[in-house]
Amino acid sequence: MSAPASPQILAEGVDKTFRSPDGQEVVALHGIDLAVTAGEFVCLLGPSGCGKSTLLNAIAGFSLPTAGTLLANGRPVTEPGPDRAMVFQEYALFPWMTVAKNIAFGLEIRGEARETIDRKVTELLDLLTLTEFANRFPKDLSGGMRQRVAIARVLALDAPILLMDEPFGALDALTRRNLQDEVLRIWTEFGKTILFVTHGIEESIYLADRVVVMTYRPGTVKAIVPVTLPRPRDTASPEFNALKRRLTALVMEEQRRHEEDEARTR
Amino acid sequence: MTSGGGAAAKRLTQALLVPVAVLALWEGLSRAGFINPLILPSPTNVALRWWGYLSPLKPYDAAEGPYLTWLVSGELLHDAAASLTRVFVGFLLGGGLGLGLGLLMGVSNTVYRLMNPLVQILRPIPPIAYIPLAILWFGLGNPPAFFLISLGAFFPILLNTIAGVRNVDAIYVRAARNLGAGGLVMFRRVILPAAAPHILTGIRVGYGVSFIVVIVAEMIAVNSGLGYRILEAREFFWPDKILAGMITIGVIGLGIDTALNRLSSHLLRWHRSLESS
Repeated sequence: MSAPASPQILAEGVDKTFRSPDGQEVVALHGIDLAVTAGEFVCLLGPSGCGKSTLLNAIAGFSLPTAGTLLANGRPVTEPGPDRAMVFQEYALFPWMTVAKNIAFGLEIRGEARETIDRKVTELLDLLTLTEFANRFPKDLSGGMRQRVAIARVLALDAPILLMDEPFGALDALTRRNLQDEVLRIWTEFGKTILFVTHGIEESIYLADRVVVMTYRPGTVKAIVPVTLPRPRDTASPEFNALKRRLTALVMEEQRRHEEDEARTR
Repeated sequence: MTSGGGAAAKRLTQALLVPVAVLALWEGLSRAGFINPLILPSPTNVALRWWGYLSPLKPYDAAEGPYLTWLVSGELLHDAAASLTRVFVGFLLGGGLGLGLGLLMGVSNTVYRLMNPLVQILRPIPPIAYIPLAILWFGLGNPPAFFLISLGAFFPILLNTIAGVRNVDAIYVRAARNLGAGGLVMFRRVILPAAAPHILTGIRVGYGVSFIVVIVAEMIAVNSGLGYRILEAREFFWPDKILAGMITIGVIGLGIDTALNRLSSHLLRWHRSLESS
């Protein structure tokens, strides 16, 4: 046995406490331990309020943990950076830039040469079948197209880690499946490490090597379920459904706690 | 194609119907002697007066200079040029300061907290209320006019710029930080374009106020310009010239506003909900 490679993302005892507007302390994350190895596809699954997006934002460097250790690419996370590229649910494309300009933005900031930028943008437009939309503005694109642009924009930076925050939550089922396949293709082709937040049980089984189920407030790791089914995965197979049943039971326990809590505060 | 042309013709007819009817009624009542021409001259009289106002004062004489110079030597063009120059200078001064301070107050909470109380106290004072002070400080002539027009442009642009910068959607800032942007790049390529719809609204409103203020300032402080001319016409009991001047002011105002609207539509062609004029 060779020594295990150091994980690409490592969380040890991560806590995150917020102060809500009415002055109460809210423990969003408590004692999170998670190690994601290089090239792994991990889904964070749980109901709203389980802190899955909080964890993702902490790794992205947008809001740092209040306690614990958080390492990405072997370095402590202190601020946002292009080594941990984020795809947002709201797309977050710059509406004043064309599709091509959005994709080029990160490369321009990095100070790449014009020819390098143009070549890379052309490649990515081609990879995500966006070529004919290169000079359109985001307002002219459908939701699925926008999310393709957002993916192309982060791929341009060659980040080893992709953080995806419910990226397909706002899309219709068929577009979502299409983009899931796209992400799997990109993941296989480029060997990225992907941490993908979702509340879709089927989505997590379809995509992930491991599904991390989180508890509702405070957010902790409830269970880590490995998915070893060969890809492309058949969502109608008995094995897939067995996993689905197991994960549904785990998530629904937390969903009930979430609903009870909502009922109390109303 | 034919139906499109027909619809356009119909819209044009509808648009012209009321103005033409009002003019016809006005002309008819004037000719029938129901309206005293010293109170309200007829449209044809106003039009003739306007033509006279536009035309050169003296007949063409080759010895005095080239033909083109003679052609634009009419009073109207000189007055319009004088008014527009004042608006332009005042707008650039006041708008530039408003934009600069607005960006600072939008970006920096410290500057905002320091400056906002003063801005809120001064903001409701109409620029017209500064006229006595303007004359006391700057005397007569262009300087008080520039001062008043700058004030007119300053506040709308300042307030809209502050609102624009402070309301930039946080998601753009986060996305840009994630892609490695910071400092000047963030400001120039994210904050500024995201705030542009508000800023351009401020520019249009600020220009509108400047144009009002220039006419008032010219009635008080200077001896040229469209505002001066209509006041002068009143002293000579020339109501047709007053109206000719007013129409000129209206046409120029409309022209500039249309141009600004086009410019803003072009700059904001990426924007989801383009405000129409």
